Amino acid sequence: MAELLRQAWAVARKDLLLEFRTRTAIVSAVVFTALVLTVFNFGRDPTAVSALDLAPTILWVTFTFAAMLALNRAFQLELENQALEGLLVSPLSRTSLYWGKLLANLAFVAVVESVGLPLFVLFFNVPVGRVLLPLVAVIALATVGFVAVGTLFSALVIRTRFAELLLVVLLLPFLVRPLIGAVQVTARLFGDRPLSEAVGYLKLLAAYDIVFVSLASFLFRFTVDE
Amino acid sequence: MSLLHRGRWITLLGLALLAGVYVRALAFTPVERLQGPAQKIYYLHVPAAIWAETAMVLVGLGSIFYLFLKDRRLDRFAAASAEVGTVFAAIVLTTGPIWGKPIWGTWWTWDARLTSTLLLFFLYIGYLLLRGAVRDPALGARYAAVLGICGMCLVPFIHLSVYLFRTLHPQPIILKPSAPSLPGSMLATWLFSLGVFTLLYVGFVTQRYALSLLWEERNGA
Amino acid sequence: MLLAEGLHHAFGRVVALDGVSFSLAPGQTLAIFGPNGAGKTTLLKVLAGLINPQAGSARVDGGRRAIGWIGHQSHLYGHLTVRENLLFWGSLYGLSAARRAARAAEVLARLDMSDRAGEPVWSLSRGLLQRAAIAKALLHDPAVLLLDEPFTGLDLAAAGQLRVLLGELHDGGRMMVLATHNVDEGAELATDVAFQRRGRFVHFAPRGTRSAAEIAAAYRRAMADG
Repeated sequence: MAELLRQAWAVARKDLLLEFRTRTAIVSAVVFTALVLTVFNFGRDPTAVSALDLAPTILWVTFTFAAMLALNRAFQLELENQALEGLLVSPLSRTSLYWGKLLANLAFVAVVESVGLPLFVLFFNVPVGRVLLPLVAVIALATVGFVAVGTLFSALVIRTRFAELLLVVLLLPFLVRPLIGAVQVTARLFGDRPLSEAVGYLKLLAAYDIVFVSLASFLFRFTVDE
Repeated sequence: MSLLHRGRWITLLGLALLAGVYVRALAFTPVERLQGPAQKIYYLHVPAAIWAETAMVLVGLGSIFYLFLKDRRLDRFAAASAEVGTVFAAIVLTTGPIWGKPIWGTWWTWDARLTSTLLLFFLYIGYLLLRGAVRDPALGARYAAVLGICGMCLVPFIHLSVYLFRTLHPQPIILKPSAPSLPGSMLATWLFSLGVFTLLYVGFVTQRYALSLLWEERNGA
Repeated sequence: MLLAEGLHHAFGRVVALDGVSFSLAPGQTLAIFGPNGAGKTTLLKVLAGLINPQAGSARVDGGRRAIGWIGHQSHLYGHLTVRENLLFWGSLYGLSAARRAARAAEVLARLDMSDRAGEPVWSLSRGLLQRAAIAKALLHDPAVLLLDEPFTGLDLAAAGQLRVLLGELHDGGRMMVLATHNVDEGAELATDVAFQRRGRFVHFAPRGTRSAAEIAAAYRRAMADG
């Protein structure tokens, strides 16, 4: 177990170092997030729909789009000089590789979200001050779920044609469930409803995370080998 | 008799009996008091929905065993079940709006159950796309198995939504924790239809399985 | 020891391995010659544990940790420096922080690349990149070296250097398996020679006292025979 985590950390650290060196992907993702938020602002009739009604949707559609960019990047960078082949001949366990990629993806998405959230508050004037802590918790809960599935699927499509497009198509049915939960909880938070109303959704999100993180950790070994 | 012919006969029998379901549902089953004749679609809609979900679960089970046993028959079965499941999901998605228009007054609504079936349909489409996108058959089968298992695990999450979300969709009448609350003759028609859909599933899957077998033989894979 | 028994593997209808068996003891170097598509790379990938053969088994004493892989791809990340790459790969092979720093300095000195350690990999020339890749493969002092077309893309001088280096490594009591389509390369390094075609070893024998030119002539005869 200690060895598994140590190797996972080595992979994640390497990914983040690469990201830090180039900064192309992370900067693109942040700019992309800002752009999507801007587009949403113009895509809504302020006299008909109040910002607060649309806020949860805007937040989550933006975050999921941004996460897709991270997921595509994860195994793309292993294709340079066929580094993936090197990882697979090394003693690195497949599960460690998955956990390393998951950690790096989560860090990547977390950075995008931590820039996106203040922008969202600024653009749409949503009062998040009082609910900041539970909001961050919900974001974390939902993000873990779909990034876990997405990391698995990004390894699945790496040897196929149209990898980027296929990833989105495969991931979407899996994304909607945590997305609905996250939107519902967020709406209740913004609407100052008691948290007890959202317990069902929170349980659903937690169950989703547990099921799919364990499932993906187990199934990953069947995806990367030739 | 070859597998293909056996599948064909089962399917033909199923289709003949399906005509029987129509006759029985239209002529020999009482009209529901509130919904009127529109309720008749229930006898097709619900069995198709049950098999659309069950087919995904069977894809997942076939996939689990394929990953461990590497038996290509299991992969062929999973692929066949997925294609048939796609068709059944399409039946649910067509019959639903036909019923919804007179009863709800709209063809489509973002009701939790309709959305679930739509997701299931997309899941099937993704599965079939992935199968087509990988050149090496063994690799494609392995990838499809991974997705199939994930799909199977998604089914409970899709299904749970019915109980968790307030929905316009009628609550389950037969498959619910308490005893079925349906008049005897309606229940009989419904059970008859479920049997026919089971037969159709078996017939379609057998034929599709036999076709992949022929295709593999012909291509020497 | 390296042991391959009854290996069989096919990609769809293309048979890449069709009953390949051999064993190798320390100090032996097996050179496998064959045209493109003969299944040489598949064989090396099976030995490295990259591909699970559909039938038969391959075993290397010490497992993945004992294997060093040199292919035509370097497995190095372009945006990391040579040293950062080596340290990352070292950590995957379970070397402690102090040990991998020492080994990295050692292999770089051996490959005459110490002055390039701080340069990003993308800035290296083809020949230097190949040397860096060899440094990566030697980092964990593997008992078995698998070489897949290592001479491809090298100019004459670089190929000559590589030949000298492989000779030295061979003298160190290592096992080596070298696969190439070019019978004029690497024959002088071999202790054993195999000709592979359509997934089979059509010839497999100790080199004995045959010269490189004699082996080349035998290879051309074997391939011309139908």
